[in-house]
Amino acid sequence: MTTSTAAERASLLAVRDLRVMSAAGAVVAGLDLTVAPGETVAIVGESGSGKSMTVKALTGLLPEGVHATGRMDLPARDPGHPGRSDGQDGLSSRNSTGRRPGLEIDLAAPGGAWRDVRGGRIALLLQDPFTSLSPVHRCGEQIGWAISGSGRDERVARLLAEVGLPAEVAGKYPFQLSGGMRQRVAIAAGLAADPELLIADEPTTALDVTTQHEVLELIARLQRERDMGLILITHDLRLARSRADRVMVMYAGRLIEEGSTARVLDAPAHPYTARLAACDPPLTHRLTVLPTIPGSVPRPWSVGAECAFAERCAFAIDACRTAEPSLAEVADGHRAACVRPETAVLPVPAASADALALRPEATDEAGTPEKAAVPAAAPSVEPDRGAASPLLLTVEGLAKRFPGSAVPALDGVDLEIAPGEAVAVVGESGSGKTTLARCVVGLERADAGRITFLGSATGARRVQIVFQDPYSALNPGLTVGTSLAEALRAAGRPKSEVGELLELVGLPAAYARRRPRALSGGERQRVAIARALAPRADLLVCDESVSALDVSVQAQVLNLLADLRRRLGLTLLFITHDLAVARQIADRVYVMHHGRVVETGPVDSVLGAPAHEYTQRLLASIPAADQAD
Amino acid sequence: MKRLVTGPVPAFVLRRAGATVLLLLALSLLVFALLYLAPGDVARNLLGTRNVTPEALAEIRARHHLDEPFLQQYWRWLTHAVTGDFGTSIRTGRPIGPLMLEKTGITAATAGLAFLLSVLVGVPAGVLTAVRRGRWLDRVLVTASVVGVSAPGFAVGLLLLYVFALGLGWFPIYGTGEGFFDALWHLALPAVALALGLGAFVVKLTRAAVIRELDQDYVTFARGRGLSEAATLRIVLRNAAIPIVTSLGLMVAYLFGGTVLIEVTFALPGLGSLMEESVLFKDIPVVQALTLAVALVVSATAFLVDLSYLIIDPRVRARTVRR
Repeated sequence: MTTSTAAERASLLAVRDLRVMSAAGAVVAGLDLTVAPGETVAIVGESGSGKSMTVKALTGLLPEGVHATGRMDLPARDPGHPGRSDGQDGLSSRNSTGRRPGLEIDLAAPGGAWRDVRGGRIALLLQDPFTSLSPVHRCGEQIGWAISGSGRDERVARLLAEVGLPAEVAGKYPFQLSGGMRQRVAIAAGLAADPELLIADEPTTALDVTTQHEVLELIARLQRERDMGLILITHDLRLARSRADRVMVMYAGRLIEEGSTARVLDAPAHPYTARLAACDPPLTHRLTVLPTIPGSVPRPWSVGAECAFAERCAFAIDACRTAEPSLAEVADGHRAACVRPETAVLPVPAASADALALRPEATDEAGTPEKAAVPAAAPSVEPDRGAASPLLLTVEGLAKRFPGSAVPALDGVDLEIAPGEAVAVVGESGSGKTTLARCVVGLERADAGRITFLGSATGARRVQIVFQDPYSALNPGLTVGTSLAEALRAAGRPKSEVGELLELVGLPAAYARRRPRALSGGERQRVAIARALAPRADLLVCDESVSALDVSVQAQVLNLLADLRRRLGLTLLFITHDLAVARQIADRVYVMHHGRVVETGPVDSVLGAPAHEYTQRLLASIPAADQAD
Repeated sequence: MKRLVTGPVPAFVLRRAGATVLLLLALSLLVFALLYLAPGDVARNLLGTRNVTPEALAEIRARHHLDEPFLQQYWRWLTHAVTGDFGTSIRTGRPIGPLMLEKTGITAATAGLAFLLSVLVGVPAGVLTAVRRGRWLDRVLVTASVVGVSAPGFAVGLLLLYVFALGLGWFPIYGTGEGFFDALWHLALPAVALALGLGAFVVKLTRAAVIRELDQDYVTFARGRGLSEAATLRIVLRNAAIPIVTSLGLMVAYLFGGTVLIEVTFALPGLGSLMEESVLFKDIPVVQALTLAVALVVSATAFLVDLSYLIIDPRVRARTVRR
């Protein structure tokens, strides 16, 4: 340790001037980071912000061809550090053996030194519990790998107990466990070497809402009991708000704002933070048009001597485009890289979010004005249910059981959709919502029950589906134009309408020549929607169609769908696990649980005043739900 | 392991064994049909190069029951074949069973040695290239394996003979040798010639399998919680074993194709040479017997590969149990 300020002495980890370079250029352009024992630091940002590369650099796990520079100090810690040894008996085998020495790591150095860092000092927990465990090894074995010496089985059993799992899980394989249990096993494995700092990279993104809540509670408890530092990587501002002490916001490889959670999220000093917070759809009320951020995140290395956000910023002035602003103190401990920090709006109160949405400059992606936003404050289509118009889709007593499965996927589901209506089906994984969607589209055959379109069980169904993952939904070998032309041909429409179709979803007609690889996630999902619109479908089924997208992009796609409904009179069946998304898109909502519809009704009453215990539990599990006024 | 002894696993094994038997039956039907598919009169074909007289033809017809319906003939042939009686060779006039048996040893030794060599060298080399992906060692080995895969075995055999037997005189040019070590010495060059192509194939598929596993999240997670590189590699290998074992099974079929050429090149009196001579001579009963034997070995290997999944992959085991 060369220097030692008061802050560093207290910290577990102090990183100075972290830079990550790839062959293309800088992926992370200079970042300082400290974490104190027991502290939770959230690093938030959208995809491409460099947040995952940052933590990979901190664990020496950068992919081939990417390297880091900078310095990382891990100060020496005393075995009897207050809080660390109490609460848990015999918690750490290493604590008893003595003091952990201070380490100073040159982040540019390859290999070697990381052996002392990973495991005992820093452990990295990954997003997807389905892939972060080896599928062919028993859980106990996997947890035990990091434990040397005798008493391994007892240690494994104790770790399992610590994460709230019964001891017999040790003998199970990961595929025999649920997602939440797997993530608990992964946490136990991560804790096996008693790390001082846990880095959790989107630890709950792949999990259901209620499971998310449990896993986050577990991490918080472990952190308290072990006085462990936590770096939480997330795209979810709600989650950061409910869990973090401090928040660091990254944009295009740059740290643009940091400070205490309350300051950064309630009084953001950087326009990006403010806009990002505004993009998060509120759970409590429906916005006519969701606020979005125009354009998309630039590649970190393509940003010159300018503010990386200037291109998309409504407040940009000349000074923003001539030099890159450095982090400057706005308030105590609250720093932002913005030349006009006073301009950022407060996004959080609902009223201001509405105002933001209706501002004329609230345009959609690159130069595509969201026309419908301003003039027609379009009253959402209120179908005259029960009147003369027949229902577009009627599902009666639908039942489905997959072979080899003990519980039915669908257990007598009834559902009705009137023409022009938007209906959301919400539920967790295993609730049967996706099976329902696939039955409606005809990708799956139900064991019992009836699906009728416009009063007829047979005949042509003009139903199309948009899947969750836009990366795998498009053929990577075909250009966008070819994919769309194929869909048009199948519907008997001329290929010349490709351009029209692209413009319908807010993409320039010139995109027809591009391949999916050259598009961003949001653009790909627009292409997938365009393809679904090609046969002039009456009913568009969206199966988690915005879940894989960043918040600001998600808002753009939701706006697009709302716009298409208005312009084409499209009927939507929207499958989602995200209640806030359901709130924004749907007129009516069905809540599914274990293959049954447990609650249904207008979205306002179901989400505003849930009657069923399960719906209440779902709502209670959403991070910071209590704070969302 | 307990689950392997009781319950649904034996049922699965029985089911797979049954399927294998059915497959062999279907193949044997095809093999028997060879006699009829070959151009010309069946009786004349069976007569070979002997003088075609009405008496000889009548005698052949009677001996082979050629006046019986096809299926009856097939059944007769099959029931004999099961007991090892494949009839007599047209070319040598000897019973085929013992003829094949005496030549099996050399082929089994050559093929076995080649298989062993290619696996023992190919798998570690494949793992090494995967771990050192993109470095010079990887490039050298990958280039070498491309050459190995594309070089025909008989050409490599000739080259080896020319350099190591004729030129340097380290190995014998032909013959099979007496005793274990002498036989090994004699079979070394043919086995190496055969193993080169196979080994290159093993390198390529091992590399691909290990690289795919190295890119998985569980590897990042294992490193991220402080496991050593050796420990991580052990996890990877256990996972990569599944595709590797599958491909090794497929290789057995390839091995038989390769042995024919290699045995001819090295003048080894094995099943491969027998096959070559019999095909040239239109010695159809022998070709039938050999084809059936190869089919037996290949489907038995496939059966063993399927069983090995049960041991390697707990997911397959669970699916089997559930079914």
